[in-house]
Amino acid sequence: MAGERAVGLVRELQRAAGGHLPPFRAEELRQALEEMRALYERNQADVSEAKAGRTDLIFLIRFRHCCLLRNQRCIVAYLYDRLLRIRALRWEYGSILPNAIQFHMSAEEVEWFNRYKKSLATYMRSVGGEEGLDLTQDIKPPKSLYIEVRCLKDYGEFEIEDGTTVLLKKNSQHFLPRWKCEQLIRQGVLEHILS
Amino acid sequence: MSEAYFPVGPGLGPEENFLSLDDILMSQEKLPGRAESSLPRLAFALGQGAAGGSGDSIPEGSKLEIPMWLAKGLHDSKRRIISVELPKIYKEAWRTVFSADANVVDLHKMGPYYYSFGSQLLNFDNPENPEIAQTILQTFISRFRRIMDSSQNAYNEDTSMLVARLDELERALFRAGQKGLNDFQCWEKGQASQITVSSLVQNYGKRKFTDMDS
Repeated sequence: MAGERAVGLVRELQRAAGGHLPPFRAEELRQALEEMRALYERNQADVSEAKAGRTDLIFLIRFRHCCLLRNQRCIVAYLYDRLLRIRALRWEYGSILPNAIQFHMSAEEVEWFNRYKKSLATYMRSVGGEEGLDLTQDIKPPKSLYIEVRCLKDYGEFEIEDGTTVLLKKNSQHFLPRWKCEQLIRQGVLEHILS
Repeated sequence: MSEAYFPVGPGLGPEENFLSLDDILMSQEKLPGRAESSLPRLAFALGQGAAGGSGDSIPEGSKLEIPMWLAKGLHDSKRRIISVELPKIYKEAWRTVFSADANVVDLHKMGPYYYSFGSQLLNFDNPENPEIAQTILQTFISRFRRIMDSSQNAYNEDTSMLVARLDELERALFRAGQKGLNDFQCWEKGQASQITVSSLVQNYGKRKFTDMDS
């Protein structure tokens, strides 16, 4: 049945719940496009036959046209939903993605991600006066400037605003400026401890 | 914590949402149908190779199983080439079951997109349309109470039993209710201001990597 491949792509994406980004299926996508081309070519041949008087073929042509539209819809939805997931990564991970995720992206998607990063950075510089405004900061309203954090893995040296460096070692606890460590908490390096 | 990924939601009512993954999978569900005239060169394409024995054409009156998207695309009120029949769960016999007690039906097993698929069926000018629409609406009304109740009160419990018999739309409602409940409990315990690991990062961590140190 036509369209199975394209639906397979959509199904895989739907199964990866919670915004997880599965590997880009270049081969399946190519096959689906190939199938569309074959459908189109066969339709062209039948159209000329129908013009010559075989009107009973019109239904068949319409059927193939439906399959073409269906494939198109599946592929567009697949690519679009992936972009939504990639956009979410920028907000959740910050501007640098772990290698394993980049591995799952196609070259075009990496390029799109970089452009999205740039647009966002340009926008954040343009609002909030001189220095701009980091929109990814303070997603929850802050209650204090400093917070108590516990380190969940060995991260290495980390410089805070007054120039001193702290060594983020596994299981060590620190009292750090909130804005400095918010992103590290989001990335799962630090854990926020409530007193 | 606010989630940054918002998938395209399914359309409501008779309209599908073009980019919604849910709607694409919903319209992949099959419908029983019948060929009203003989269709040349279609048997192979529909996966019915050599069923009628007359080469590659489908003879008049043969039964077909076609997905919803195809039925919608080929439906034509002027020239009836393929007629669409109701899946059994939307037929009279099942409608009686729904009106007796909608809560006992396992909607997930009966086709996980009961509501949206039913709404799509209304696109074909079936004489039973008003009854179908009425049954879908009544089913939702009578099941909604229980879904809302359980989603708002099952805190820190295994919900897989509660969710197992729900249709996809109901599951989405259930998840929304659970999220509200969890966020509220968080706030009551004074944890609302805690910065937490992004759920995306957490998900990835569970899968395989980021654990370089273990």
